[in-house]
Amino acid sequence: MIPVLLIAIPLAAGLLSFFLRAGNSSRTLVTLSALASLALALWALSAPQAQLQHHAAWLPSLGSSFDVQMDGMAKMLVLLTAIAFPVVYVSTAKNNYASPNQFFALMSLTQAGLVGVFVAADGLLFYFFWELALIPVYFLCSQWGGERRIAVTFKFFIYTFVGSLLMLVALLYLYFQTPDHSFAIQSFYKLKLSAAQQGWTFWLIFIAFAIKMPVFPFHTWQPDTYEQSPTAVTMILSGVMVKMGIYAVIRWLVPIFPAAVAQYDQIIIIAAVIGMLYASLIAIRQDDIKRLIAYSSIAHIGLMCAAIFTKNQAGMEGVMIQMFNHGVNVLGLWIVADVIEQQLGTRKFSELGGLAKKAPVMAILLVVMALANVSLPLTNAFIGEFLMFNGLFRYNVTIAAVAGISIILAAVYTLNMVQKVLYGASNERTDAATDISANAQWMLVVLVIMIIAFGVYPQPMIELTKDSVQAVLAIK
Amino acid sequence: MNAIIVSALMGVVMMFGGILFQNKSTLRLLSIAGLLLLITANLMQTYGFYTIPVEVKGLLSFERFGLFFNTICFVATLLYVLLSARDMEQVGNNTADYHALIFFVLTGVSILTSFNSLLMLFLGVEIMTIPLFILTGSDKRNLKSNEAALKYFLMGSFSTGILLMGIALVYGANGNFNLVPVRASYLGGKASFLEIGGMLLIFVAMAFKVSAAPFHFWTPDVYDGAPSVFTSFMATVVKAAGFFAFLRIFLERADVFGPTWKIVLSIVIIATLLIGNITAVFQQSVKRMLAYSSIAQAGFMLFALWSMNDMAKEGLILYAVAYSLATVGIFAVLIKMKDYTFDGFNGLAKAEPLVALAATIFLLSLAGIPLTAGFFAKYFMLASVVKAGGAIWLVVVAVLFAAVSVYYYFRVIQSMYFKEGQPETAPLSGGFKFMLGLMAALVILVGVAPSTVLGWFYF
Repeated sequence: MIPVLLIAIPLAAGLLSFFLRAGNSSRTLVTLSALASLALALWALSAPQAQLQHHAAWLPSLGSSFDVQMDGMAKMLVLLTAIAFPVVYVSTAKNNYASPNQFFALMSLTQAGLVGVFVAADGLLFYFFWELALIPVYFLCSQWGGERRIAVTFKFFIYTFVGSLLMLVALLYLYFQTPDHSFAIQSFYKLKLSAAQQGWTFWLIFIAFAIKMPVFPFHTWQPDTYEQSPTAVTMILSGVMVKMGIYAVIRWLVPIFPAAVAQYDQIIIIAAVIGMLYASLIAIRQDDIKRLIAYSSIAHIGLMCAAIFTKNQAGMEGVMIQMFNHGVNVLGLWIVADVIEQQLGTRKFSELGGLAKKAPVMAILLVVMALANVSLPLTNAFIGEFLMFNGLFRYNVTIAAVAGISIILAAVYTLNMVQKVLYGASNERTDAATDISANAQWMLVVLVIMIIAFGVYPQPMIELTKDSVQAVLAIK
Repeated sequence: MNAIIVSALMGVVMMFGGILFQNKSTLRLLSIAGLLLLITANLMQTYGFYTIPVEVKGLLSFERFGLFFNTICFVATLLYVLLSARDMEQVGNNTADYHALIFFVLTGVSILTSFNSLLMLFLGVEIMTIPLFILTGSDKRNLKSNEAALKYFLMGSFSTGILLMGIALVYGANGNFNLVPVRASYLGGKASFLEIGGMLLIFVAMAFKVSAAPFHFWTPDVYDGAPSVFTSFMATVVKAAGFFAFLRIFLERADVFGPTWKIVLSIVIIATLLIGNITAVFQQSVKRMLAYSSIAQAGFMLFALWSMNDMAKEGLILYAVAYSLATVGIFAVLIKMKDYTFDGFNGLAKAEPLVALAATIFLLSLAGIPLTAGFFAKYFMLASVVKAGGAIWLVVVAVLFAAVSVYYYFRVIQSMYFKEGQPETAPLSGGFKFMLGLMAALVILVGVAPSTVLGWFYF
């Protein structure tokens, strides 16, 4: 019952919010629903298995049913979603939007879609939620985004829509291959497809997920979209939504197409590693905080994608942990970016500097976030990256060594950002800066506590996702 | 049988109604009452309560599938009349005649869903299209409307000639007009040359009627030139009925072509999708864009002919429902606009939020986005092809074109929501908005639970 509630609460809050006239009441409504989801997601961590699944008839004639369930991996990503939304709502509470009721309604619908993707155990249902998460984001970015929002968001939408249609074709094909004509994930897992069949179906589905993650060379929509979207939406996009792609690869791709994965793993890993280096190099040249974080995000996602396809215990565990931790870290970075933009009206490094004196609290918090972005030991990202590089090393030493360059590059661009934003001489623009608002500060403190806590003691996260890792690796 | 008789009678009643009643709202009510009567009569036959006893000598046969399709067409017409009857009155002074002609079109539709002989096919096609020639030219002081009517008439009669020629050849081969062939010349499992030639001509004529490429050239001009209210009717009910007849013939007859059938049809499908979608991208007028997009939608419906299994039949039903709802709805909005270009829609979301929301739902449905009826319509078509097996590449091509269609449908949404402007609209009544909202809700309902529609089919 819990997964159903986790979908239903934000869905109901979102639909209700459309009809609220006053902006503040809709903000309160969706924040309350997000907090309720957070409470449920925390409860789900220790709830008995019977409460974590639900089965209802939906389209019996099509072999599809409303089948939702949560294992360790789903629990973790649902928890990430449930943490991200209240953090976003609270930290951006000072931002004003035109027609706020619609803005918050669409945000809440996105949350419902995201949770649905993570808990769906039926192919068609998964496809529905995959799209439900996309469409509100399209409207959010196009309506409340920056100057070039319409063209940029359109590119994003068409990109992802092409991907999901290709995925639909492959899902249909799988459906007709199952002996009982069913979309249930268990029927898909039992399929014994020939290597030739696996080959092209694998690519049809992988392209959809690769666009969403995004992995080189399908990443071109991402920096523009992150830059042009309103920051609250960018937080959700990079904090949670890109994890949809990674999660989907682990749940819907690797177990269903073992032969194709064994055949094509090297191509994908090499593409992902190229993407890591390429994105890192571009990140060094950026003059805009949002674009820098966007490219840095591509680099991190590339590593996760590569680690999945190593198919060994260490790499997979690293991916599981990193999905959560990257979400937390990148949320923190976006909050800082938003604070700076709202206060100073610019995101360009060339126009910033000397903020450490003006806003000491923010400076400390930003430094912690930055160190986590570089995956320094004792921050949460270290353990995940360590495990992933460990997996990559076992797979192929050369690839691991080349990919390792990205750690150095990450330090270059992240510390460069810290230096240009916080230190140096202040100018007339940054002279006016004051320290951050209480809302943003508290949210950053929460995130920093998580960064340090999971950096020192990551064991609970490993325990939580152990079952998923074993399930994926067990399928040969 | 009920539907054919009642719709023909209602056509006559409406014609005389024009003489008896001068008041336009009376005529409107009479037409709505007639449609309700028609639906009731058809349902009575569907569920076996009462059928007007007429000896049809095997020329017609009534199956649940066809009768159900009738109901869909009639309900779509009812929704159309409820939404757009006032706009029909704007076209000219002969309101009663327009309603009468629509009833005659429905007579043709009812014949096309039940013909059992190629002669009846011919009669059905003619009864359906001749009133359309008049409706196309009904805005008689408008040069474009006249041109469209003439074009439609010339091209239409030409294709009718081809249809007749084909029927004659098939008659020559078999010695009878039966739909299910009693073949005189079926030698060693091979169809005679005469029959193949005849069926090819029938194929060309039917492809013309449903505007499949390369026989689509009349569509954009006619749809664009005809008064928008009647374009809406032509693009929905008439087109769906054309497809039904197309499927009905070739379900029985496609075997004469042997394996060539699927190759030819694949080429036609890809050409239709290509021309419809790519040309729609470059249009500046929403009305013309919808005309081209209707060609693209025809490409999707052709998949039913490709796969010819149960899923294709169910899919065609669902497609007819989804496509009719969305197209009638979006045209109803379009008719109210003063400016048909994309820029004419700028800022509609601010001026008329409810209308813009409904239009968005219709456009999403046409684009085949999940949670709308259009998704399941396309889904069934694609699934039927995958089920028939062997042509995944065709499905991949189709979905890529579906992605292209997102481009032009979303341009309207972008204009309405994300651009500033002062759209000029005709006055929008509360009833109109209510009907739009109702139809948008139906689109969502079918999109979430398509079994509701298909459930009736199996009942």
